[in-house]
Amino acid sequence: MTEQHAGFQLVHSNDTDALLTLSGPWVQGCDLEDFSSLSSQLHLGTSTHLTVDGAALQEWDSTLVAFLLQCFNHCSEAGITFATRDLPAGAAKLLALATAVPPHRLEPESPQHWLASLNPMVLLDKSADFFRQSLGFVGEVSVALVKLAVGKSNTRFEDFRQFCYEGGPRALGIITLTSVLVGMILAYLGAVQLQQFGAEVYVANLVTIGILREMGVLMTAVVMAGRTGAAYAAQLGTMQTNQEIDAITTMGISPVEFLVIPRLLALVVVMPMLTLYADLLGIVGGGIVAGGMGITPLQYISQAESALAINHLLVGLIKSVVFALLIAVAGCRAGMNSGRSSAAVGQAATEAVVTAIVYLIVADAGINIICQQIRF
Amino acid sequence: MTQASAETHIDVSDLTMAYGSFVLQRDLNFVVRRGDIFVIMGGSGCGKSTLLKHMLGLISPARGDITYSGQSFVHASDAQREATRRRWGITYQTGGLFSAMTLAENVALPLQLYTNYGSGEIRDIVAYKLALVGLAGYQDYYPSEISGGMSKRAALARAIALDPEILFFDEPSAGLDPISSRLLDDLIMEIQDSTGATVVMVSHELASIFNIANNSVYLDAASRTMIDYGDPAYLRDHSKQAVVRQFLNRGSRTDESTAQAQRSGNE
Repeated sequence: MTEQHAGFQLVHSNDTDALLTLSGPWVQGCDLEDFSSLSSQLHLGTSTHLTVDGAALQEWDSTLVAFLLQCFNHCSEAGITFATRDLPAGAAKLLALATAVPPHRLEPESPQHWLASLNPMVLLDKSADFFRQSLGFVGEVSVALVKLAVGKSNTRFEDFRQFCYEGGPRALGIITLTSVLVGMILAYLGAVQLQQFGAEVYVANLVTIGILREMGVLMTAVVMAGRTGAAYAAQLGTMQTNQEIDAITTMGISPVEFLVIPRLLALVVVMPMLTLYADLLGIVGGGIVAGGMGITPLQYISQAESALAINHLLVGLIKSVVFALLIAVAGCRAGMNSGRSSAAVGQAATEAVVTAIVYLIVADAGINIICQQIRF
Repeated sequence: MTQASAETHIDVSDLTMAYGSFVLQRDLNFVVRRGDIFVIMGGSGCGKSTLLKHMLGLISPARGDITYSGQSFVHASDAQREATRRRWGITYQTGGLFSAMTLAENVALPLQLYTNYGSGEIRDIVAYKLALVGLAGYQDYYPSEISGGMSKRAALARAIALDPEILFFDEPSAGLDPISSRLLDDLIMEIQDSTGATVVMVSHELASIFNIANNSVYLDAASRTMIDYGDPAYLRDHSKQAVVRQFLNRGSRTDESTAQAQRSGNE
């Protein structure tokens, strides 16, 4: 076959001049030699001037211009003057356009070893920042709450009502499902152990106390963190993106009073109610399992009643208020500090849920330790 | 404009804007007179919107001061700032309407917060402000249910709810078709004309700049400072800075090559 290949040939005509001759079809798929072979050849000589000759070129496309641009940049870096002759008119124009603006150079960043990101001081610094920011946010919320208490706040009751509805009645379905199942799980767990002693009937005690003090409120809080906490972060993050928070600020309204307080209060009001509902259904769920093990409903109820003490209920309710505050603060803080892009809003929602769940578990452990110490 | 308009309304002095150690613009000095329609111009990324945010107090300057009617805004207490802000109306680039509220609720909010009008009066004023911007009858629409041009106009209705002394606009005509953009310009001019408010806007729409502005400042991205100041129609032909003339002539190569302008834009 007489098919021609794309090719180039570098000739050092004298000490200072070099001539690069291009030939053949320079199109996509042509079997072209690598640019690095040319650059090494260039370095061998002492040339300070390179001329590219395109007289022998056949058809061409971006392959050619990309190659020429690479030559041009290489030459300007190496201090070699660059000239062309007999290039196809289109290619010459495109090359002129591509070289009109010098390439943007990244400012040299101090190179960081990947281990540097594990530096304990850096990590500590980051968490200290986060902590400071969170404390600042909690401070702002406290100030806004005081202003609300003395009636000088720009909080709208209408918003509060809306968030109560969003957070409360609309969450009932999923709370029903999770709390019945958690009640059943607790009952199974206890029944298997208690059966060995012939003390199955105490399943009712275990479920009642476990649900009231711990599982009812914790499961409700986890569901609310995923459902409402994330929603708050996403709403506020979108408002940040949309410049709504700027608009509120420049209207002379505190965004915390206007946006955060109604959400926080709604959650604080709704959570104890949801917790009571979850407690009741959890005990019912335990009863279903107990029934399957031969304990009559009457036995279960009377046993549960004997275990039911006001302090168990109170511990659960106190926890629910604390958890509500934590979820709202985690969600709203993430949203208010969100960046202004769709990715940042997603990040804010994730951060809201993750921090809320960490807060929940830490607070839960703390409250349990305190209750243990004061024998409540 | 000679009579009362000579009075200084906004005075920006020695303003330096920086994000951390990165200085965006330095040594900005200019004055906006009462009743001006003042435009902040400049290429993309030169810090126009950031300057507006400084003027609104959303970002604190690295150095310098901004005064409104002779009172410093940068060094003011929160209460003073709030009092100053109540005399402003602002429309943001994206409109900044509260998406969870209807147009009527959006416009009514500043009235509820800062006036003693009863709910019936507020309803009437809202209807009037929406009618002014050509949105009569759209009271119960949510911002997501109307077009981009309409939401800009709705944002204007909210901005003029309290009959402000200063109106700020961030790119009022960005993303609008030429006709809507022209209508918005006319609207801004008419409102300025009838209320005597001072208008400050960020814009790079030449048509709208020449149409309505009588004073302007040009921020240069390459030298990171303002390089010219004055009536844009005058600057178009008489600016000492080639870049400004080129900008105002829509990039026609007067004596500078496009490449050079591109280069300064990239830096």
